[in-house]
Amino acid sequence: MTDSHGSEGHPAHLQHHFDNSRQQFSASKLGMWLFLATEILLFAGLFVAYAVYRSNHPEIFIYAHYFLDTKLGGINTMVLLLSSFTMAWGVRAAQLGQRKLLVALLSLTLLGGFGFLGIKYVEYEAKWKHGLLWGTNYNPESHDDHTGADEHAEEVEEAPTAPETGAPDRLNLEPTVVPPSATGPAGTVPPGEGLPHGQGAEPDNVHIFFGIYFLMTGLHGIHVLVGMSLIFWILLKSIGGAYGPKYFTPVDLVGLYWHLVDLIWIFLFPLLYLIH
Amino acid sequence: MSTAATTPDSNYLNVTKGALSWLLTLDHKRIGILYLVSILSSFFLGGMMAMLIRTELLTPGDTIMTADQYNQVFTLHGAIMIFLFIIPGIPAALGNFVLPLMLGAKDVAFPRLNLMSWWLWITGAFIAVASILINAVDTGWTFYTPYSTTTGTSVTLIVTGVFILGFSSILTGLNFIVTIHKLRPKGMTWFKMPLLLWGLYSTAIIQVLATPVLGITLLLLAMERVMGIGIFDAALGGDPVLFQHFFWFYSHPAVYIMILPAMGVISELISVFSRKHIFGYKFIAFSSIAIAVFSFLVWGHHMFTSGQSELVNMIFSALTFSVSIPSAIKVFNWLATMYKGRIQLDTPMLYALSFLFLFTIGGLTGLFLATLATDIHLHDTYFIVAHFHYVMFGGTVIAFLGGLHYWWPKMTGKMYNEKLGRIASVILFVGFNVTFFTQFVMGSRGMPRRYFHYQEQFTSLNQLSSVGSYIMAVAFFMIAGYLLHSLAKGRKAPANPWGANSLEWHTPSPPPFDNFDREMRGVDPYDYTGWKYDESIEGYVPVGGGDGTRDSRAV
Repeated sequence: MTDSHGSEGHPAHLQHHFDNSRQQFSASKLGMWLFLATEILLFAGLFVAYAVYRSNHPEIFIYAHYFLDTKLGGINTMVLLLSSFTMAWGVRAAQLGQRKLLVALLSLTLLGGFGFLGIKYVEYEAKWKHGLLWGTNYNPESHDDHTGADEHAEEVEEAPTAPETGAPDRLNLEPTVVPPSATGPAGTVPPGEGLPHGQGAEPDNVHIFFGIYFLMTGLHGIHVLVGMSLIFWILLKSIGGAYGPKYFTPVDLVGLYWHLVDLIWIFLFPLLYLIH
Repeated sequence: MSTAATTPDSNYLNVTKGALSWLLTLDHKRIGILYLVSILSSFFLGGMMAMLIRTELLTPGDTIMTADQYNQVFTLHGAIMIFLFIIPGIPAALGNFVLPLMLGAKDVAFPRLNLMSWWLWITGAFIAVASILINAVDTGWTFYTPYSTTTGTSVTLIVTGVFILGFSSILTGLNFIVTIHKLRPKGMTWFKMPLLLWGLYSTAIIQVLATPVLGITLLLLAMERVMGIGIFDAALGGDPVLFQHFFWFYSHPAVYIMILPAMGVISELISVFSRKHIFGYKFIAFSSIAIAVFSFLVWGHHMFTSGQSELVNMIFSALTFSVSIPSAIKVFNWLATMYKGRIQLDTPMLYALSFLFLFTIGGLTGLFLATLATDIHLHDTYFIVAHFHYVMFGGTVIAFLGGLHYWWPKMTGKMYNEKLGRIASVILFVGFNVTFFTQFVMGSRGMPRRYFHYQEQFTSLNQLSSVGSYIMAVAFFMIAGYLLHSLAKGRKAPANPWGANSLEWHTPSPPPFDNFDREMRGVDPYDYTGWKYDESIEGYVPVGGGDGTRDSRAV
């Protein structure tokens, strides 16, 4: 194709409508940042839902978060942080043209992604087994019989079996941290009737917490999967030596995406696991 | 793609041939045309629905369909017109074609994303239309819970379609922001851009920042229906009004996605056809940004009657009033541009004048609705329907038609029949007012919107409104007729038929594959002194000679 740069050496990666590599790189980077903004706003809806329900019904969140395993969540946070580190180092390696190092670092990052999803699977499975699910599927009594969810569609009246973390005991220690719930919309808990203090009994609508938990971590998990696919793709390309000091845009952009996935988890972990 | 565009007659339309060269094109001009054909097909479909609605409402009760069918028809009219036609309308169809040309660029920043955006549109549209064939939705285009989570119609499917359409819209917006930031030519500072680009830029900001919220809202709605998460279900401790907040957090900014590019088009038309430099350039530019910012702060005015606190209602009411300020600034500047101008009543200008008239009525009636006390009376009546159509049809669609006529010669290389164009625009203007002004009257007298069976006293007004819609249909068939005719038999368009000075008129009609045969520099887009009318080509040529496609006359 004819263009005004015909005589100059034309790098293979430079598309015809850009003047030079620098313009192309800065355009790609701006595009990526805008895309990350859309991702944040996508999650923002869920964060708003979280904020609304937590401020209306703090007792649900305090009660239910004891069912989450802080230890596993903490390990997962470390795994993601480490993978973000190897990713950032990988971008550096790409810029310096250190191909072998880049391949190793991308592989480590990918491994971190697998580790995260593996631990997440263990957590999900435990909740599934104990019926700690969303909406009408929330049925903490039916440890083995998930298929019978319909029989339990009505509100669960009795307290669930205590979770392994010993939630009721810990609740006993600080009964006053539970403020009375605000008056919510129709169908929610009336003020003062949230959690009978000192008994560790279950507030109404605990499934709301698990609904939000599964939505937030599920959507995040999908993003982890997408990030891993992208990392896998640039890993294959970097084995072929596609990136170097002159062209490392995809590594840079995938890195940004991976950091965002990490960052969202940094917010999810305390909001869901570390409630006081 | 690799075919060199060297021969003088080679342009983007004939540079390559075959269906695949169109369906897989990365050329922004062809993608613009693909979008144009797609959205006009949607407009036809949505328009047919509108005709069915108006025909049904000729008499109270059963006229041509049952009440359930009526619910489906008005839902589809709204959903198709909004998600398939008006949101992508000006940005994706006209914008895609014009934006890089106005920048003197060869393409948008991300041509592949651009193509992907169109394919996502096609996928989303296909799914949405499939949902009509399976079991058309009857919730209204707003998909309010709890009805949308309990109705047996295919809500999940159409919501999936709209979700995908949202992605398409985001990609277009993202592409435009980056293109405007990074691909402006030498000499084109931000304040030397044509105002359409400011309009498209502010639109793109809303597309990028608001559409993801629609995405998550629709995802939650689908999850509610498929998995029963209970987040919008009061019986499970959820909050149905939360859906309204989420929905309007996108959908109110979305009406500015619809109107801002229209305002950009009008800024171009008013100045060109008044033969006078635009008045108050910076005010018009910044008011676009101001509208984009305000658009995120007014969503609560859709919930004045949904049980919000009075304080919240007052805040949203005040913020809503403040949107009228940047809108009015634009109107005043357009009027000042026309003042002492040499106004030429070509077809695009007739649409621009229609816009001024109708948009002003639409905007001012918006103030009635922003006023808390009157809104209680007018909420969910035909007054709202009329207000919305004055802004969206009288505003956006009229501006779209103006823009379509204005850039038609550039897109197709053909001139349409000017006389028929003028007649059709006047018929449309009359038909529009007959249809929708009547609805203001009905609404203020208390006729609720979306009613199938109305009281006898509204019969004559409803019939008048329906007659107006038939008049509009006549105008649209005329427009379709002469535009299609021009493709086959139209006079060859000169490079610059209107004497405009933005960069797209500095290249032949239709433009070559690479848009320009030289490197472009920014010019003052509203300085018309360099062009004079040439009888022999019925178009404008540079004062210094040539046909305007060789000399960029940079300033």
